[in-house]
Amino acid sequence: MKKDILKHELVPEHVILSEQKDVKKVLTELNIRKDQLPKINSDDPVIKAIEAEVGDVIKITRKSDTAGKFVTYRVVQQN
Amino acid sequence: MTGILKKIAQIDFGLMSPEDIRKMSVTRIITPDTYDEDGYPIENGLMDPRLGVIDPSLKCKTCGSKGGDCQGHFGHINFARPVIHVGFADVIHKILRSTCNTCGRVLLSEDKIEEYRAKFKLMMENEESLTGIIKEVYDEARVDTCPHCGEEQEVISIDKPVSIVQGDYKLTPSEVREKLERITDSDALILGVNAELNEFEQRVARPEWMILTVLPVPPVTVRPSITLETGERSEDDLTHKLVDILRINQRLKENMGAGAPQLIVEDLWELLQYHVTTYFDNEASGVPPARHRSGRPLKTLAQRLKGKEGRFRSNLSGKRVNFSARTVISPDPNISINEVGVPEIIATEVTVPAKVTEWNLKEMQEYINNGPNKHPGANYLIRPDGRKIRISEEIKETVAENLETNFLEYQEKGGTGSYIVERHLKDGDIVLFNRQPSLHRMSMMAHEVRVLPYKTFRLNLCVCPPYNADFDGDEMNMHVFQTEESRAEAKSLMRVQEHILSPRFGGPIIGAIHDHISGAYLLTRKQATFTEDQVFQILKKAKIPLPDKTGELWTGKKLFSTILPDDLNMVYHAEICRKCDECKQKECEYEAYVTIENGELTNGVIDEKAYGAFSGKILDHIVKEYSTDKAREFLDYSTKLAVSGIMKAGITTSLNDEEIPDEAKERIAANLNKAIEKVDQLAEAYKEGFLEALPGRSLEETLEMRIMQVLGEARDKSGAIAESFFSMEENHSVVMANTGARASMLNLTQITACVGQQAVRGGRIYRGYNNRTLPHFEKGELGAKAHGFVYSSYKEGLDPIEFFFHAMGGREGLVDTAIRTAQSGYMQRRLVNALQDLNVKSDGRVTDNRGFIIQTQFGEDSVDPAKSDYGNIVDLNKLVDEIRLKGK
Repeated sequence: MKKDILKHELVPEHVILSEQKDVKKVLTELNIRKDQLPKINSDDPVIKAIEAEVGDVIKITRKSDTAGKFVTYRVVQQN
Repeated sequence: MTGILKKIAQIDFGLMSPEDIRKMSVTRIITPDTYDEDGYPIENGLMDPRLGVIDPSLKCKTCGSKGGDCQGHFGHINFARPVIHVGFADVIHKILRSTCNTCGRVLLSEDKIEEYRAKFKLMMENEESLTGIIKEVYDEARVDTCPHCGEEQEVISIDKPVSIVQGDYKLTPSEVREKLERITDSDALILGVNAELNEFEQRVARPEWMILTVLPVPPVTVRPSITLETGERSEDDLTHKLVDILRINQRLKENMGAGAPQLIVEDLWELLQYHVTTYFDNEASGVPPARHRSGRPLKTLAQRLKGKEGRFRSNLSGKRVNFSARTVISPDPNISINEVGVPEIIATEVTVPAKVTEWNLKEMQEYINNGPNKHPGANYLIRPDGRKIRISEEIKETVAENLETNFLEYQEKGGTGSYIVERHLKDGDIVLFNRQPSLHRMSMMAHEVRVLPYKTFRLNLCVCPPYNADFDGDEMNMHVFQTEESRAEAKSLMRVQEHILSPRFGGPIIGAIHDHISGAYLLTRKQATFTEDQVFQILKKAKIPLPDKTGELWTGKKLFSTILPDDLNMVYHAEICRKCDECKQKECEYEAYVTIENGELTNGVIDEKAYGAFSGKILDHIVKEYSTDKAREFLDYSTKLAVSGIMKAGITTSLNDEEIPDEAKERIAANLNKAIEKVDQLAEAYKEGFLEALPGRSLEETLEMRIMQVLGEARDKSGAIAESFFSMEENHSVVMANTGARASMLNLTQITACVGQQAVRGGRIYRGYNNRTLPHFEKGELGAKAHGFVYSSYKEGLDPIEFFFHAMGGREGLVDTAIRTAQSGYMQRRLVNALQDLNVKSDGRVTDNRGFIIQTQFGEDSVDPAKSDYGNIVDLNKLVDEIRLKGK
């Protein structure tokens, strides 16, 4: 009996960004290198569920108490 | 500063090898003495002149620089027998336990070792913490037989602090060292010792270096001796300890050379180990601390560094500073919130550096002429060449005279430096003012100086809440800015008026308190009228511009309106609002419905809700819609008006304020008796089994809840009865409670009507004897009185049983506050340590000190809560109202 954790209300939306244009856009927007982004372990349940690879940048859209909705990015790292 | 600038590429942390220690040593220390009879340091003794000098008149024998410039040089002591370093005893034990007693390999299979080595290398490359994985190795390498040589392993244990025991045999440090020597460089890595050569062909650590064969002797600058007034020399604790070490080392060497029995040698060896152990750490568990002759434990190396008074927390994270002052604080309602009253003796001591220019030359000369003792004077003159001249009474005139000629001459020559006068603090200077504990940013604010007589710092009462200050003996610190940049920055960012709004909730934290609030109420309530003379007197005292004479009687509301901005429009409920079911608005008989129309207070009274700290609506509105300047002006004026108001009306309080008629007392007694009866009924129902449990509660919990509820209601009801006999007209206690100035209605009803249930651990009191709280009750009694209900009022007085329960509750309150402050203090410390390097970049990114992103946008919405409207960017309702008003 395996539940789809992506549908759980406490799991925010995770999307893998396409390496070419999206990641570049995000990094230039924030004016940083990829390794400065917050990390997420490759064995994180959500990362396994969306089948992201090490080095992928994940776009996370979560609920926020202050802003209502907030978009942040994390890069998958080998744990 | 001259020299070559270089960037540090990397730092290796490691152990010192015996060779390293000998290489950096300038001399071997042999003699366990310091000075000879003539007071000269003994060669090869602990005060050998080659170890450096302190006396500025002497030259260092090693480096040739003068005392003060020479930072000292290490010596060394060769041990007759090796000794274990206390700091590493634990690691040594763990390493020995993880390696074979016979062949010295790590107790893991060859494959496993390689696997771990690869993992270690990867983690080191990623700059990750190795503590976890090292522990993993230690845990996994606890096996009974060696996978390499097949030998059975004897248990290795540690007998704190420094004895390593194999089976039942205590290993000598020499034996331990031999075992450590056998560990290969590649095995050592996964035990947490990086023994391999680094890229510069250097070794940073070897396991056996944790056993000392040679001890570095710190330079004399580390352990200066002090000369007492009697001419007697007193040595540093470290020197004492080193003397002990040298003596025993010497004896051990002699005994070994003379072929003394094994037993004696071992005893001396143990003693040497003890002295070396206490030399490093005199609080190591399991060793009696080494003591001074007086019985005081010695302060050795670890004690110098450790804890709150240690080098790190006391000398590196925090330092004593110049240009600061500390004294008792006292209130001054006549100065602005932006100001601080500085006593003249402090103002003549702490100084501001002022650059001499053509334009202020005369002023500076005047300061110098006043000298160091007369108030706007000066203490020092710094010449362009950096020489500092102390201005004294004797030379002040000459210094002032010479300044003009020298300065003009210097300017003529086109000198680029400047003459700087360290002048006294004077009115208008910006200083930093602080009260500990500095829990939030409002604990340090910039004030303008007002030099005043007497010896205390004076501050406006409105700034008490942010500092959490009162005047029961509180002391505060003042720091004087020394550069133009710091002054400018402080003035724009740290000034008191910039902190009226708290970043905690986006509302005012600076505002009126206590008498300001009751005063404003007495001033603005309906019956308050003033003759024109009185009004002019009040306005003049507050330094408010006087209006034209009309000869009419003034209301307090009109008087207060003089300081409201002309275009101010507001409607709100005052603190005294009774929250009636249906609001009569402008017809409110309590004057709790406040309306301000075009800067005119048309309805309602001014109380805590208007301009109090934490809740002032008008104040909040003025800061947000006008400016901080306006808000400061408003606070300064309004508090002065309030004080005048309270002085005209007069305020007094006594126990008579809590007096109620007999009729009320009877009603309260009847009400309480009814409640107590009801509690008995509940108890009865519980015993008979009629009580029904609430969902999710046991029967007992239900009973407790019901009883608490009944008794709570009883107290509130008694309070309400008492309250109905109180009036705001004459009773000043009630005025203070209702306006929010001080105390609460609950305090008053506890004095008048009924103190109520005492609680320990959030419930009724159950502790004491078996099944009862006191022997006055029957076992298992459930009544109100038996479990801490105080029927009496404070005014009537408590009976002994009630008093006892009251003391129980009171004690808990005291203990809780004591624990809470300690706990929250430590929590704050940990939070600050974790967050201190976070940085909000100009584009709103939050990064740590390595440039890693913490948050892509500050607070996820980029809102500065101190500039927000109670946490929100805008209050839409307010905005819509305003637009509507403008449309009219």
